Amino acid sequence: MSNYLDLKKGLNIPLKGVAAPEVIKTVVPDIVAVKPTCFKGLVPRLLVKEGDAVKAGSPVMADKQRPEILLTSPVSGTVEQVVRGEKRKLLAVLVKADAKQEYVDFGSNAPADAAQVKELLLNTGLWGSLIQRPYGILADPQAAPKAIFISSFSTAPLAADTDYTLVESMKDIQAGVDALGKIAPVHISVCKAGSAFGGIKNATLHAVGGPHPAGNVGVQISHIAPIQKGETVWTMSFLHLAALGHVINTGKLDLTRKVAVTGPAAAKTGYVTALPGTPVKEITDIKEGVRVVGGDALTGENLGADGYLGFFEDQLTLMDEGYKREWLGWAKPIRHKVFSSSWCYFSWLTPRKKYNMNTNLHGGPRAFVETKCFEDVTPMDIFPIYLIKACLAGDIEKMEKFGIYEVLPEDLALCDFVDPSKNEIQAIIQQGIDLMIKEMA
Amino acid sequence: MADEKKTPWWHSTVDAFDTFLRVPGTVSAKGAHVRDGIDLKRVMITVVIALVPAALFGMFNVGLQTALLYNLKWSFWNMFLYGLLRMLPLFVVSYAVGLAIEFASAQIRGEEVNEGYLVTGFLIPLIVPVDVPLWMLALAVAFSVIFVKEVFGGTGMNIWNPALVARAFLFFSYPSSMSGSSVWVSKTWAGLDGVDAISAATPLAIAHDGGFDAATGAVGQYNFIDMFYGFIPGSTGETSVIAILIGAFILVWTGVASWKIMVSSIAGGLLVGWLGQMAGATAVPCYYQLVMGGFLFGSVFMATDPVTAAQTETGKWIYGFLVGALAVVVRLWNPGYMEGMMLAILLMNTMAPLIDHCVVSAHTSRRAKKALTA
Repeated sequence: MSNYLDLKKGLNIPLKGVAAPEVIKTVVPDIVAVKPTCFKGLVPRLLVKEGDAVKAGSPVMADKQRPEILLTSPVSGTVEQVVRGEKRKLLAVLVKADAKQEYVDFGSNAPADAAQVKELLLNTGLWGSLIQRPYGILADPQAAPKAIFISSFSTAPLAADTDYTLVESMKDIQAGVDALGKIAPVHISVCKAGSAFGGIKNATLHAVGGPHPAGNVGVQISHIAPIQKGETVWTMSFLHLAALGHVINTGKLDLTRKVAVTGPAAAKTGYVTALPGTPVKEITDIKEGVRVVGGDALTGENLGADGYLGFFEDQLTLMDEGYKREWLGWAKPIRHKVFSSSWCYFSWLTPRKKYNMNTNLHGGPRAFVETKCFEDVTPMDIFPIYLIKACLAGDIEKMEKFGIYEVLPEDLALCDFVDPSKNEIQAIIQQGIDLMIKEMA
Repeated sequence: MADEKKTPWWHSTVDAFDTFLRVPGTVSAKGAHVRDGIDLKRVMITVVIALVPAALFGMFNVGLQTALLYNLKWSFWNMFLYGLLRMLPLFVVSYAVGLAIEFASAQIRGEEVNEGYLVTGFLIPLIVPVDVPLWMLALAVAFSVIFVKEVFGGTGMNIWNPALVARAFLFFSYPSSMSGSSVWVSKTWAGLDGVDAISAATPLAIAHDGGFDAATGAVGQYNFIDMFYGFIPGSTGETSVIAILIGAFILVWTGVASWKIMVSSIAGGLLVGWLGQMAGATAVPCYYQLVMGGFLFGSVFMATDPVTAAQTETGKWIYGFLVGALAVVVRLWNPGYMEGMMLAILLMNTMAPLIDHCVVSAHTSRRAKKALTA
């Protein structure tokens, strides 16, 4: 490997509740949800109705503008319910699983060219896992990306360890890389500290080291080949790369994954084998007053106790809701239960300690005062505060200049965490991106 | 959380006291689900703690200077108590007036009360003469909080350092109470108003009247060590280099203030002081500039205010350097006003957005070039 990347800035949040590498449960779900809300930039059109029979891999939804983009059912069974929200917005399609699983056969011939790879991705519903940058939206099948970037590891708090979850899928991963390579050059970043995936062929490997967000693909891209105006690159999660390879090798769409059940409020931490769309209740026991986050504690989605695991998620983080108020919290010389990366507190005295964090904001919203903290956790060649302010002002030209094409909210998620003024940085960046999409369309 | 329905009118005030006592029970609604324990209350109180050594020493020094001036045989505690009692009304007035305005404007805007004034209110008594009439102080505080902070939108939005503007307001509105060779030592309370004093001028005031040589060195009244320890007349917070360095250590250690600004400000002061020496403007060694007057206090506590200073890291180097350099330029080449630090910082506060603009523009054009070659 010749490409090394050492990132200095960032922060590893010492959250309690890491998942030990063992499977504690295998969930065979009764009901599975297909959620179009997982996909940014997708306007769903229903292809099934209640009572229809589907196989694992059968389409249930398509994109309205680009009907070739399909969302497929991960299980075989019967469509039980179509869940709609306000203004009849399509929220989910619930599929009741059969006892015996039947799979759509996608053929087990390796696709020969880019068109065939695209077709396979579209038909299997794995197209949804291709994310286009800039903007972080569903990739456009007509576009020709400059490259495809995949990060083989995550540095997010308590993230699933791919060295454990996907090490047995090496053959599938290689098949996936070979296929994607027909569309565009593939770049894969592996953990510099050691990785099971250093042997991947037909891709440019980058060894990346450093604290979070070093594992974020956006941060890696900004160092490897920054995205310029007019360029597009695609990204895919490592999980779905393996799923793609699995389809190529076996002809079956199998999205089963090892889900890391993590966090200080998890009844039992460990890995649970489950499908996307599985009710979180079946994956883990949830106590009263606990927030269930699909994904990591920085960027995940609040699923709620009645929610379903999302398409992209291979982690659940469980944390207590922080409604409890602490007396004189800010004035205490030492708060040993509260973590702070700031040296105004004394968390630096206990660098190895893991904290039982909850969802309390630890303060009220204020105007920006301390802004250097943003730069300290953003290992990219941008000025975070200027980008944030350009997004707030809705100034397209400045957003462009300050690097909006290179970031997604997840890349600045740590700014949310460290800001003493408790601003919602991720929401501000998303607001800027939404404006860009609207104005540049 | 205060009940908004029952107390709609004074909600911000109730909320301020409520959250002062207990961390709000708000949970994250969007964005990151976990948040750092730090908040602005902690940041601001850290600055206040960093100011405490300078304040305590200042109180003692107020008593000491009065005792020296009138040849009084006071004990250490007597001096300290005298200083404490002299300073207390200033703190009370500064906080009462400033916080009242802060609370009122938070109420009008319907926002939570911001903690920024905790620091400003502590700084102001440390940089004005001890004997300043309280009504003057109240006026200066009101002017600075209303016109420098609240009209711009409160803490985080202001362009100039409010504490320094309060001082500048006093300086330009009531020069007789703010300058000259005798205002910096407390006399009024000791009942010594009529007594003839020998001299109680600050080093800079002496330098103003008789040149730097009269103030320092072998011929002058104060030597480097006096000024380093701080047993000299001057505004309450500024005299002791040791106390300020303790504060600087706390600020740098906790990362609340930028060490880059402090270092570059000192570098700027030293360089211009040295150039002045070389050019024959003064015979005083350049390092004297650091210990005289408010130079160090300004560099450590005033120039580093994260809201009014430059925000880019490169910008901080430039900003700090210019603050230090300008302050000494004013000292050496402006015969009217010896203490250049205040105006240097205020001027650079004004320039800070420009510095940042240049730094950010240079950065974006470098990025654009990189894009072309990539």
